[in-house]
Amino acid sequence: MIHTENLTKRFKNILAVDGLGLDVAEGEVFGFLGPNGAGKTTTVRMLTSLIGPTSGAAQVAGFSLGKQDTEIRRTVGVLTETPGMYDNLSAEYNMQIFAELYEVKDVKGQVEKYLRMLGLWERRFDSAGTFSKGMKQKLAIARALLHEPRILFLDEPTAGLDPEAAHLVRDFIAELRKEGRTIFLCTHNLDEADRLCDRIGVFKTHLLVMDTPANLRQSVFGRKVVFHLRAVEEGLARTVRGLPFVREVKVVENKLLVNLDNPEAHNPDIIRALVEAGADVQFVGELRHSLEDVYLQLVKAA
Amino acid sequence: MNKIITIVRKEWAEVFKNRMVIFTVAFLPLLMTALPLGIIYATRDTSSGTGEALDSQVPSEMTQGLCPEGLNGAECFQVFMVSEFMMMFMIVPVAIPVTIAAYSIVGEKTTRSLEPLLATPITTVELLVGKCLAAVIPAVLATYAAFGLFAFGSWLIVANKMLLTALLDARWLIAVFIVGPLLAVMAVAFALMVSSRVSDPRVAEQVSMVIIVPVLAGFFGQMAGLFVLNRQVISVVAIVMIALDVLLVYLATRVFQRESILTRWK
Repeated sequence: MIHTENLTKRFKNILAVDGLGLDVAEGEVFGFLGPNGAGKTTTVRMLTSLIGPTSGAAQVAGFSLGKQDTEIRRTVGVLTETPGMYDNLSAEYNMQIFAELYEVKDVKGQVEKYLRMLGLWERRFDSAGTFSKGMKQKLAIARALLHEPRILFLDEPTAGLDPEAAHLVRDFIAELRKEGRTIFLCTHNLDEADRLCDRIGVFKTHLLVMDTPANLRQSVFGRKVVFHLRAVEEGLARTVRGLPFVREVKVVENKLLVNLDNPEAHNPDIIRALVEAGADVQFVGELRHSLEDVYLQLVKAA
Repeated sequence: MNKIITIVRKEWAEVFKNRMVIFTVAFLPLLMTALPLGIIYATRDTSSGTGEALDSQVPSEMTQGLCPEGLNGAECFQVFMVSEFMMMFMIVPVAIPVTIAAYSIVGEKTTRSLEPLLATPITTVELLVGKCLAAVIPAVLATYAAFGLFAFGSWLIVANKMLLTALLDARWLIAVFIVGPLLAVMAVAFALMVSSRVSDPRVAEQVSMVIIVPVLAGFFGQMAGLFVLNRQVISVVAIVMIALDVLLVYLATRVFQRESILTRWK
């Protein structure tokens, strides 16, 4: 659905996006993570044909960036960083304007459908300026969906929202995912990305990595299994270190942290070795690094 | 075309909720109509009573192209005085679009609503034309309405048909129906350029109002006797305006580029 090759954007002396190459499949939720000023918004603006690239090429929904820009804008929906509502106009009229600009056939029907879907129908005659931040964000999401876009670009959809509003927005994104829409999600909320995204790209002017959240964890930290023992002696740690498939062993209180490539295959061997060495194994579990750990590690290294 | 209409409707729905815009659109034409009508009303007795006495004292500037045969000196004086205010009348098609355009464009900047708008399939030209029309149409309509009111008021006050014809001659028609819309386009193009560089609608409006200076200069130049606004002068002004409009619209279009709007407008 989205394919870029060496996509680059330079503003005078500032290189905002450097040789971006990525592929996003149809129906995929792709998380685009990166620190402030990394070039995420510039990338979204390029992919939605709001601004042109300095060099490189991209295809969005089969349309060529720079050659079929109007088609691209007709096909994609964008939630910009700020909702950008006409505060003096009613919620309904805000929606109607965009439905007309997107050449929606059933303007009234689509406006009603999405206002109802996002719980704003009862407030449709109120001016957007009277809405809370969360309501404005929901209205902006509704606006981005009016023309039933095949690809949805969401730039920080839950930024600045209270937990309840953020939860509602996340649930709605999950619903859109079920509908099979392709979603390009720019976010700082790593938990959100972890929960919603099929794949994640970590970006800082150029793409640092791109993979599934699970694979990213593994590639950055490997897989760690925690063996809770009644008591840990150095001899037990030495026993585990001596196993050929074990990469690293750390002792923390009464726990052994064992770094493995394939825990499913090797956990039984470790438990057997520990029991034979006289250990009392209480629990076994995998240590799950947060996506935040992965992200910080990657961004720091970059 | 439908998208242009959508933009025009949206602009009107937005800007006409602003009291400053409503005040400018409603009050300014009324004021500019009342001034020449007041002069005609105040001097109505002069023309009927002491006309012959003034005949010999009428300077040639008043009669050159302004005063047709058959009008006495006092009536010529009335025609001259009212024509002095034609330049003031031309403030209407300049001030109204400047106010609307300033609020329309800078308003988009302050609410950050331009980006979602530009993300739609609308072309930059459609957006620009929509915004220009939204500012020019009310200005032109207000100018026409004010002129209609002036014509009606003159008809009520002036009994002499020949004087009425002289008061509302071709100069006024060229000024109102040709120069007026051209001035409105010029004002919008200028306001568009100014608005792209500032972030406050009031600052945009104040700076854009500089465009009134040539109109005022014309008014004072005429009052000082530097020139008489006869049919030839008005026609030359109209031709110059066409050239100026083309230049300013070109410059405004250059400023109003999608990329510069999103990345450089602060």
